[in-house]
Amino acid sequence: MDLFEYQARDLLAAHGVPVLPGGVAETPEQAEAIAREIALPVVVKAQVKVGGRGKAGGVKLADDPESAKARAQDILGLDIKGHITHRVMVAQASDIAEEYYFSYLLDRSNRTFLAMASKEGGMDIEQLAVERPEALARIPVDASVGVDEQKAAEIVDAAGFPAEVRDQVIAIAVQLWDVFTKEDATLVEVNPLAKAPDGTVLALDAKVTLDENASFRHGDHDALEDSASADPLEAAAKEKDLNYVKLQGEVGIIGNGAGLVMSTLDVVAYAGEEFGGVRPANFLDIGGGASAEVMANGLGIILSDPAVKSVFVNVFGGITACDAVANGIVHALGILGDEATKPLVVRLDGNNVEEGRRILAEAAHPLVTVVDTMDGAARRAAELAAA
Amino acid sequence: MSIFLTENSKVIVQGMTGSEGRKHTARMLASGTAVVGGVNPSKAGQDVDFDGASVPVFGSVADAMKETGADVSVVFVPPKFARDAVLEAVDAQIGMAVVITEGIPVHDSTYFWAHAQGGSTRIIGPNCPGLISPGRSNAGIIPANITQAGKIGLVSKSGTLTYQMMYELRDIGFSTAVGIGGDPVIGTTHIDCLQAFQEDPETEAIVMIGEIGGDAEERAADFIKANVTKPVVGYVAGFTAPEGKTMGHAGAIVSGSAGTAAAKQEALEAAGVKVGKTPSEAARLMREIVGA
Repeated sequence: MDLFEYQARDLLAAHGVPVLPGGVAETPEQAEAIAREIALPVVVKAQVKVGGRGKAGGVKLADDPESAKARAQDILGLDIKGHITHRVMVAQASDIAEEYYFSYLLDRSNRTFLAMASKEGGMDIEQLAVERPEALARIPVDASVGVDEQKAAEIVDAAGFPAEVRDQVIAIAVQLWDVFTKEDATLVEVNPLAKAPDGTVLALDAKVTLDENASFRHGDHDALEDSASADPLEAAAKEKDLNYVKLQGEVGIIGNGAGLVMSTLDVVAYAGEEFGGVRPANFLDIGGGASAEVMANGLGIILSDPAVKSVFVNVFGGITACDAVANGIVHALGILGDEATKPLVVRLDGNNVEEGRRILAEAAHPLVTVVDTMDGAARRAAELAAA
Repeated sequence: MSIFLTENSKVIVQGMTGSEGRKHTARMLASGTAVVGGVNPSKAGQDVDFDGASVPVFGSVADAMKETGADVSVVFVPPKFARDAVLEAVDAQIGMAVVITEGIPVHDSTYFWAHAQGGSTRIIGPNCPGLISPGRSNAGIIPANITQAGKIGLVSKSGTLTYQMMYELRDIGFSTAVGIGGDPVIGTTHIDCLQAFQEDPETEAIVMIGEIGGDAEERAADFIKANVTKPVVGYVAGFTAPEGKTMGHAGAIVSGSAGTAAAKQEALEAAGVKVGKTPSEAARLMREIVGA
């Protein structure tokens, strides 16, 4: 889960990282009120989970509370690369003497954590990494050892931070490691880490990504979720513990196992090329078990998507054999009753496949077509969606 | 021969007394696996009956190893306790820990992987179906009755695609099929399996299944180019996955332009791997190679 800047800032502050005073506002009046509480001038920043806010007009300075209100008025509702601005952060504006960069992230390729630091911050770090890789220190961090003051000094010295900020940055590096591990983050990035004219080093902007698998030890992380801008179908699916992702197509997809479902999307997209570019409408993995109840919940979500014209149910009967899956489909259609209105193409394979197909044939549901192969079933589902 | 798991493997189950552990222990036993014990500190000394087969419960992995000579542990422990369970297995120096558990925080898996470096334990998973050497042993949740022993080696990030491929090529059969798991950090990689299959005299050809996210497939392609002389057929899932969305598996995410299916397919093809456009096409390509 990616956090908004204001959430990341709060998390950093909670672990002692120095940040500037400020708050988050959903209305121009709230923005004005925050500006009254902190030193002027202030900066009003759109809270969207996408880069390039400044260029899009999403970051503005304001000299007094009234203009903070006006700037918030301008920015709230702004569409920044498809992200609508629902909130602004109002923070004390700081003059910047120097800009640095610091991050911790998961390095998948090397199965370790990585610290990245540069005394040249502010710019796009991916660009820096390409154009001047020598300016970006990359220091692996052993997960079983972590970052103490000594390790932090190694990182800071590798990046060549100026002597006058060295101790401050070392302290911040240890605090950021605290954020990274104690909050179960996969990314903590401060850009810029800035030196104010008085020599104080502060985190001016931060990105944090949290590991949702770790939510069992962070009861407070649920509240960070941006349920307001979630897709309504994705939100409904989440309520039912379904692994669902909304896509922009017409063929609803249900399958068991993440890999098989991803593969099903691809096969439907290939098949759709023949039928005017029909595409998969969603990803939905009902898990290895493929129980009737989960099948019914999944079908319910997919059939409530107005974009869906046909549904492809693609199940490999392994642990749960095909006869049980077939009974689940029949049962699910029974639960849905009149709500089931779109044609279903079912492909079953694996254990007890003959019995599974027999059960579906016997039920003879008018909406259900059984096709033996995955490729053939995808083609049929695409054809039905294009009809 | 087979890789990692043979008829001589002695398997214990951490979390055997939980509902998933119990269900799959029964299935492992039914498919001929030598399950010699379970581990649960609060139920040590008890026996669990599986359809007439009595399996003892031990208080620790170390105790179970001492009493039974176990060399493989299958971990069904819930995410909250999985890190400590794997650390216990690693510290007991068991030969292989197969971590089935889905939903382990990545800080925990990165920690236990780091802890296992330099030790003697091979970690498979987490978030994987385990591995099977058909007719010999089955450590995990892969259905045993969808295929038979044979000459193909299979390595895959995905469980159900593994089953699909095992089923499509069931007449030819498999030496070993390894589900390495869909998490961002896993123990045994495609490369580890490719190397083992290359060295296994019984394996004649290899199927490698990948999916979006990370660069494991690209690295595997480099490895194949330099080290694998046996024919390899590939399949990659996730061409239609949008950027920035996690597709079921915690590791299945395209970030910016990194981790796309297209880049993986290209890398594999450049290494001489025949890549199927669909799972069935990959199976067909394999069939042409092994001539069955």
